[in-house]
Amino acid sequence: MNAPLLDAPLLEARDLRLSFGSIRALDGVNATLWPGEVLAIVGESGSGKTTLLNVLSGRARPDMGQAIYRDPEGAAHDVHAMPAPQLRALHRSDWGFVHQNPRDALRMGVSAGGNVGERLMAQGARHYGSIRDTAIDRLRQVEISADRIDDLPRTFSGGMLQRLQIARTLATHPRLVFMDEPTGGLDVSVQARLLDLIRSLVARLGIAVVLVTHDIAVARLLAGRILVMRHGQVVETGLTDQVLDDPQHPYTQLLVSSVLQA
Amino acid sequence: MSGYNFAYLDEQTKRMIRRAILKAVAIPGHQVPFGAREMPLPYGWGTGGIQVTAAILGQDDVLKVIDQGADDTTNAVSIRRFFARTAGVATTTRTTKATVIQTRHRIPETPLRADQILVYQVPLPEPLAKLEPSRAETRQMHALAEYGLMHVKLYEDIARFGHIAISYDYPVMVNGRYLMSPSPIPAFDTPKMHRMPALQLFGAGREKRIYAVPPFTSVRPLDFDDHPFRLIRAPHPCALCGARDSYLDEVLTDDRGGRMFVCSDTDYCASRRDIAEAAGEAA
Ligand SMILES: Nc1ncnc2c1ncn2[C@@H]1O[C@H](COP(=O)(O)OP(=O)(O)OP(=O)(O)O)[C@@H](O)[C@H]1O
Ligand SMILES: [Mg+2]
Repeated sequence: MNAPLLDAPLLEARDLRLSFGSIRALDGVNATLWPGEVLAIVGESGSGKTTLLNVLSGRARPDMGQAIYRDPEGAAHDVHAMPAPQLRALHRSDWGFVHQNPRDALRMGVSAGGNVGERLMAQGARHYGSIRDTAIDRLRQVEISADRIDDLPRTFSGGMLQRLQIARTLATHPRLVFMDEPTGGLDVSVQARLLDLIRSLVARLGIAVVLVTHDIAVARLLAGRILVMRHGQVVETGLTDQVLDDPQHPYTQLLVSSVLQA
Repeated sequence: MSGYNFAYLDEQTKRMIRRAILKAVAIPGHQVPFGAREMPLPYGWGTGGIQVTAAILGQDDVLKVIDQGADDTTNAVSIRRFFARTAGVATTTRTTKATVIQTRHRIPETPLRADQILVYQVPLPEPLAKLEPSRAETRQMHALAEYGLMHVKLYEDIARFGHIAISYDYPVMVNGRYLMSPSPIPAFDTPKMHRMPALQLFGAGREKRIYAVPPFTSVRPLDFDDHPFRLIRAPHPCALCGARDSYLDEVLTDDRGGRMFVCSDTDYCASRRDIAEAAGEAA
């Protein structure tokens, strides 16, 4: 669809730096995300993955450096220089954010359909029937049966809640979705189903994803490229298979081997 | 009543409230904070409305006070008496004779004129409060006119009940810009606010907010294209005056379940009966 733009990155991190007191959570991070690709950010706990995701998505401000987003018209925007209304609008339309805990994103007192429809209504949709039709469509996409549309999220299982969060995000056809440990906290079998679903959705809809995970297996399954973080720095980056099959940096070697042992 | 300034509040406080009112009129539907004063009435008795009334009342004004449409409830009587004493202004129960009308929960049936001001008592000024508990977030939503959440509430109503089930305090858009609580008036009254010739002022005492709808301003109920706002009225004529266009109260007439429907606007009902009586005598 955006063929002429494929040669321009969708999102770029340029020398991002952010410290919390003496902790350098981001210590000069550069990264590039291309349209339609899944980029995994891996690394041990405390390495700065969530911080990077938050800074890239404009939810947190860096001390230095820039995050550059290219819109569908090809115009580049410094995420942190964008006026608040514009950034908020972006988060409700072209972007999505999938939290580890779906309860952080969903309105637990609002039905599944209302949760999915919220982004449409925020964009000005004012036809109940078509909002509902879209909600049913998005629920189907995440394998939630249409007859659950009026149920409250609290009646959903953990895996369903996570799928509902994804359906809510998909309502507006986002081009870029940020995910922070989307399968964390779920049973292994539920995880596997959700990973399959994310993989097929992303491929079918051509969505670009920045995926934070500490699980190398998740990165291998979903991500075309991988970025390995340690102490706020990128120690290695490249095609997922290449990096994982033939890690160059000792830290990556350690990460990969610890997975093999597990 | 000696020892009090005209209309109870000191002139400096009134000036402060008037500044808030002017700001509110300049930004229709926008809630303006003001330094609410303690009034000799408990919150919930209309202290916000009383302060607004006190700030705009002049010697020549004629004041009407209604509570749920009636001039003779304890609340309405005590507020009217309060201003009769502290300001010495004339009071009336006649909508057509009043220059300032303070109200709780109703808009008079008789259309208001450009030389009148309607002052609403408001318990909860923030229409988004029930949906979004964070004050900072609702302020942001107003600033950016992000009102999708209010439509989520309407969506939920239709999904659950098949229609928008808001019978009081129906959310409205003012001048196409600000989402506003019309105070707990029945949804039946909401259309009366649209392009009303009279100035409409809203005072919330506990929440310390004033807002306004200037004369002839657009006030539109939120709805969906395929579920438009609809007027709901009990399908009866008033048992006393026969009106078919007024908002009705259901009144129990005995302890065996006997009941009747009468106009909630007592002045409207009485005026209609007076006219009918006069016509009957003339005939
Ligand atoms: N708001 C904050 N205040 C202070 N320190 C913070 C804050 N956020 C993150 N940090 C610190 O910054 C570092 C990076 O944190 P971050 O949450 O980005 O790690 P992570 O890679 O996502 O870890 P995990 O896998 O445990 O989620 C950690 O040392 C963390 O303690
Ligand atoms: Mg994290």
